[in-house]
Amino acid sequence: MGVATLERKLTQSSEGLSNLTLDNGSRIAVIGSGPAGSLFSFFLLDMAERIGIDVHLDIFDPKDFSLPGPYGCNKCGGIISESLVQMLATEGINLPSSVVQRGIDSYVLHMDIGTVRIDTPLQEKRIAAVHRGSGPRGTMEKKWQSFDGHLQGLAIAKGAHLLRERADEVKWKDGRPQVKTKDGETETYDLLVFATGVNTTTLKLFEGLVLGYKPPRTTRAFVCELHLNEEMMNRYIGNSMHVFLIDLPRLKFAALIPKGNCVTMCLLGKNIDKPLIQSFLDTPEVKQCLPPDWKLPKDFCRCYPLISVGGAVYPFHDRVVFIGDSGVTRLYKDGIGAAYRTAKAAAKTAIFEGVSTKDFRRHYWPVCQAISSDNSIGKAIFLIMHVIQKFRSARRGVLRMVITEQHQKGGHRRMSSVLWDTFTGSASYRDVFLRTLHPLFLEKFLWHTVVSMGS
Amino acid sequence: METGELGKVYKNGEIIVRQGDVGDCMYVVQSGQAEVIKEKEGKELQLNVLGEGGIFGEMALIDKEVRSATVRALGEVRILTVDKKTFLRLMSKDPTVAFSIVQKMSHRIRELSNELVKLKFGC
Repeated sequence: MGVATLERKLTQSSEGLSNLTLDNGSRIAVIGSGPAGSLFSFFLLDMAERIGIDVHLDIFDPKDFSLPGPYGCNKCGGIISESLVQMLATEGINLPSSVVQRGIDSYVLHMDIGTVRIDTPLQEKRIAAVHRGSGPRGTMEKKWQSFDGHLQGLAIAKGAHLLRERADEVKWKDGRPQVKTKDGETETYDLLVFATGVNTTTLKLFEGLVLGYKPPRTTRAFVCELHLNEEMMNRYIGNSMHVFLIDLPRLKFAALIPKGNCVTMCLLGKNIDKPLIQSFLDTPEVKQCLPPDWKLPKDFCRCYPLISVGGAVYPFHDRVVFIGDSGVTRLYKDGIGAAYRTAKAAAKTAIFEGVSTKDFRRHYWPVCQAISSDNSIGKAIFLIMHVIQKFRSARRGVLRMVITEQHQKGGHRRMSSVLWDTFTGSASYRDVFLRTLHPLFLEKFLWHTVVSMGS
Repeated sequence: METGELGKVYKNGEIIVRQGDVGDCMYVVQSGQAEVIKEKEGKELQLNVLGEGGIFGEMALIDKEVRSATVRALGEVRILTVDKKTFLRLMSKDPTVAFSIVQKMSHRIRELSNELVKLKFGC
């Protein structure tokens, strides 16, 4: 079906249905209770209460976030960006130290030609490292709670009903979505929200339900948890996120993220396999971050999760909306931030505008499109980074410029802020890109590159 | 400070914001307490004590005036800073963000109104 035909069909489907709204007694089903599903539920119930409508909201999720390992994990690096921590705090959602495993105050950039530490401009911990579930497989210590579990708790406190069941089938009945669970229970809803992420077969089951919907394109990443004791954590990793720009074939990006008593290792690239992981661990840049006698254990918690690298096509329909990774997310970074933005936009649309295709297209779709457009700029930034990874002189220029900025008092730390926001996901890719186009940024980078070539 | 604590720690008596200063951020109390003080002619009057989740400094971002009061740590307190740019950008893109802020400000106005009535009528 062509795009024009699809547009026409979608427009026709919403004609006459523009009065689809949520009222007293409306029923909402949210499939999945990762950050997108739980934040949607929290905001929708909060807004419904404020405007005085009484709605019923069910969350379907068989996961138990109190269990360590895959039973309660949503497979992700677990970084809450600086901007998201601030946005949540402004919304009145504060992250307790029982959920945040480590507050990040700096990052360390590792390259073959040297290492440099970049501190947060305010000398304040505003990036949170969390476990989405209850920690890696084999975790005995229950010191920290799951981040997803914490958000789920906030949604339940607002009045959401958690059903620990898998939604097995969704079909239409009299123009309303109907959810059937594994044990045969069937319920009809006024709004159905998909927040399943992309690491599930559930999403495929529902592809045919919504006219025109196509799930996001994905690629595989590698995430694993490396256990270190407290003394080793403080001595080798500290409160810094370690980022690696290493010229290894097939490797795009790598990071070590400190948590309470373990480090999360995230690798992005093409066909990440055991030999590539071992080559990465064998590089001197990585070895200096780990104890000298440390070896990769035979058995450790690891996964190859799918990550979304493109937005979904038509992630909405009358009475249906796809949010978080099932809709659109930010490229490689700040997926939880995108979950917050899409969840909030969908909840606002449903409460204040309506739940028809027309309402979602007018009020929800622009938020998805803004994220997708920004990702296009993100692709260009990662391409530039890839070029820098390939050319030693460019790497030396970056390193020299950052070291100079870190030693100077005051003034614009142009390269440091560009790298900080690229690696932490704290600013939009557009903001970052525009900063790299500043004549002073380009002039200084060129000067440092030329000087470092002669030294 | 524990590994998972966000923000910055201020020790007992440490000034977080000073009355009359130009404000370029808002603050959210993460743990502990901070007291809000009005200073006049060398004398101090405690207006409020803020606990976990309490916000301050938002007025200077909204009305573009200088800080209306001093905020000081009451015991050890941990504070998260919200940048002016992040705060105003968020408010301009999503007005519903203001719900939580306006709710807290309304609560404060109610409390001050009650105080005023008590002072005026002595009850």
